[in-house]
Amino acid sequence: MIEIKNITKIYNKEGAEVRALDDYSLSIEKGEFVAIQGASGCGKTTLLLSIGGLLSPDKGSVVINGNAVYDMPVEERTVFRAKTMGFVFQQYHLIPYLNVLENIRVPALAAQGEVPEERLEMLIKTLGLKERINHTPAELSAGEKQRTALARALLFEPDILLADEITGNLDEKNVEIVMNCLFEYQKAGGTIVLVSHDTALCKRADRIEELTVK
Amino acid sequence: MKIRYLVQKEIKRRKLNFALCLLSVIVAVVSVCSVFTMLEIYDLRTKEIVQKKEQETKERMDSLEDDYRKITKQLGFNLLILPKNQNISDVYANDFASKFMPEEYVEILANTKSMLIRHLLPSLQQKIVWPEKHRTIVLAGTRGEVPFAHKAPKEPMMVAVPKGTMIIGYELHQSLGVKVGDKLRIMNREFTVQKCNESRGNIDDITIWIDLKESQELLNKPGKINAILALSCHCHGGNLGKIRDEVNSVLPETQVYEKGSRVLIRAEARDRAAKEAKEAIQAEIKQRKDLRKERENLAAIIVPLVLLTSVVWIVFLFMGNVRERKSEIGILRAVGVNEVSIMKLFLLKAFWIGIIGAFCGYVLGIGGGSILGGLFSTSLVNVPLFVAVIILAPLLSIIAAWVPAVIASRQDPAEVLKEE
Ligand SMILES: Nc1ncnc2c1ncn2[C@@H]1O[C@H](COP(=O)(O)OP(=O)(O)OP(=O)(O)O)[C@@H](O)[C@H]1O
Ligand SMILES: [Mg+2]
Repeated sequence: MIEIKNITKIYNKEGAEVRALDDYSLSIEKGEFVAIQGASGCGKTTLLLSIGGLLSPDKGSVVINGNAVYDMPVEERTVFRAKTMGFVFQQYHLIPYLNVLENIRVPALAAQGEVPEERLEMLIKTLGLKERINHTPAELSAGEKQRTALARALLFEPDILLADEITGNLDEKNVEIVMNCLFEYQKAGGTIVLVSHDTALCKRADRIEELTVK
Repeated sequence: MKIRYLVQKEIKRRKLNFALCLLSVIVAVVSVCSVFTMLEIYDLRTKEIVQKKEQETKERMDSLEDDYRKITKQLGFNLLILPKNQNISDVYANDFASKFMPEEYVEILANTKSMLIRHLLPSLQQKIVWPEKHRTIVLAGTRGEVPFAHKAPKEPMMVAVPKGTMIIGYELHQSLGVKVGDKLRIMNREFTVQKCNESRGNIDDITIWIDLKESQELLNKPGKINAILALSCHCHGGNLGKIRDEVNSVLPETQVYEKGSRVLIRAEARDRAAKEAKEAIQAEIKQRKDLRKERENLAAIIVPLVLLTSVVWIVFLFMGNVRERKSEIGILRAVGVNEVSIMKLFLLKAFWIGIIGAFCGYVLGIGGGSILGGLFSTSLVNVPLFVAVIILAPLLSIIAAWVPAVIASRQDPAEVLKEE
């Protein structure tokens, strides 16, 4: 359960104030699939990073599963993030010198115990990466990269999946694979926050949240 | 998956960055090791040169000593032990001593553990007019050398003259037309000529040597002698004072004179040569020490400069590496990797660079130093230097990587992840 209460995020760039989020509140239930829609620059990514404990808002609070994320010390928050959240970004952020399999296993670095090998295998299979596990990101297509990033995010079955414009560069076929995977994850009890400006995609979510430019 | 694994993979993948860092460590280690090796070689050379010079000096001294020994022998007896009351001017005036001492003295001397004299020859000499031939001669009685009781027997310089025979000086046998085997009478006693001496150019040429006992009878001095001839030990050349003390301690009623100052001059020359040689070696050592100091001073400037340069170089390379890996660090942080692990990601790399650089640099440094110094020896393998390098190179590398690693760990992940 995600509880966002009156958060405000102001960026300061060369004296000019940018109010990315202004007194924004949102509540998401466990197991819900919420799509965040809005124009470019309205603060979608800012909201997602705030939920993820990566970007401290100037005002307001983010409470996840009863924990006020920004009241935790940094190290505790890092551990909490590793335990409860998975991230997927439009830019994939794969580690260039690791192959697909190794990239998927990267969350194991945060020491949450053994890699669930069966789940790993299942993810590789459903995301169609079986033939690509020894390839490095440079050798992958955009779709394959995004699927690898998704597998990485879902490896340890996080409570919440935060996805930012993950279908932006993908063709229809890849979008389907990714969406199917998201639904599977939701079926298993996962909560999804998906940022997108693709209306068709947003309509497939349980709920659409509109963000407006201030 | 471990941070270590990531470090390995990154090194394998970004070989250039790693190679450049490694190169910088190697250059630093090589400069240190080669300097040490060259100084070490310099010291070995110094030792070699000094040893060689010392050997040369020793050989020269040995040869001088040998010369000296030969000369002493040629000159014959150079010590004269006379009765205490003998006036030395009378000896010079008359060519022989006029006072007498008991023949046993020579036995007493022979039984002491003398260190300083060798070859004892008791003699009784007197200048007389040879009644049968009406010629002034020196009649010398001798019984041959008395061996020292406490010394290995030496080949005598003067053999005994058997009873009833004589050895005749050059001037005498020439002017009288005497040959070996002739029979001559002295004071009504008959002697067979046993040997005709070669010319010696001194009083020996008018001397006749006969058996001591017979001379004592002829000269009416039973059991008496008037001189003991001896040879001072060459190894203590010139130290007459000591010899006197030694002789006087057993024979207080005697005095010791030295004749033949050439021996002394020789000994002095030898001592001087030894001293000069020693000084020359000392000067050589000092000169080489000064030169070494100069090289040390130069190294003391160059080595820290190279070390500093390589540290700065590593800092820059790591900064570049951190910048290049921004996205990687961002996702690792998002995934829940903590700051310490991010630092480890860089410091572990720095550590490996240091270790590998130390190994390569040590080998290359010792090798390079050997080539530059022109000497190859297993003694150049310097274990303490190796240990120091193995510890210090990774340490220095880690110190250089520290700031970039801190920057990496402090990097705001949101900053990178927001970028599209
Ligand atoms: N570091 C920053 N400094 C100044 N302004 C920033 C900074 N980061 C974001 N902004 C501004 O904040 C606003 C919201 O940014 P954000 O990235 O959240 O938008 P977005 O909704 O994700 O846009 P897009 O759909 O293009 O991804 C934008 O106007 C952006 O220019
Ligand atoms: Mg965005």
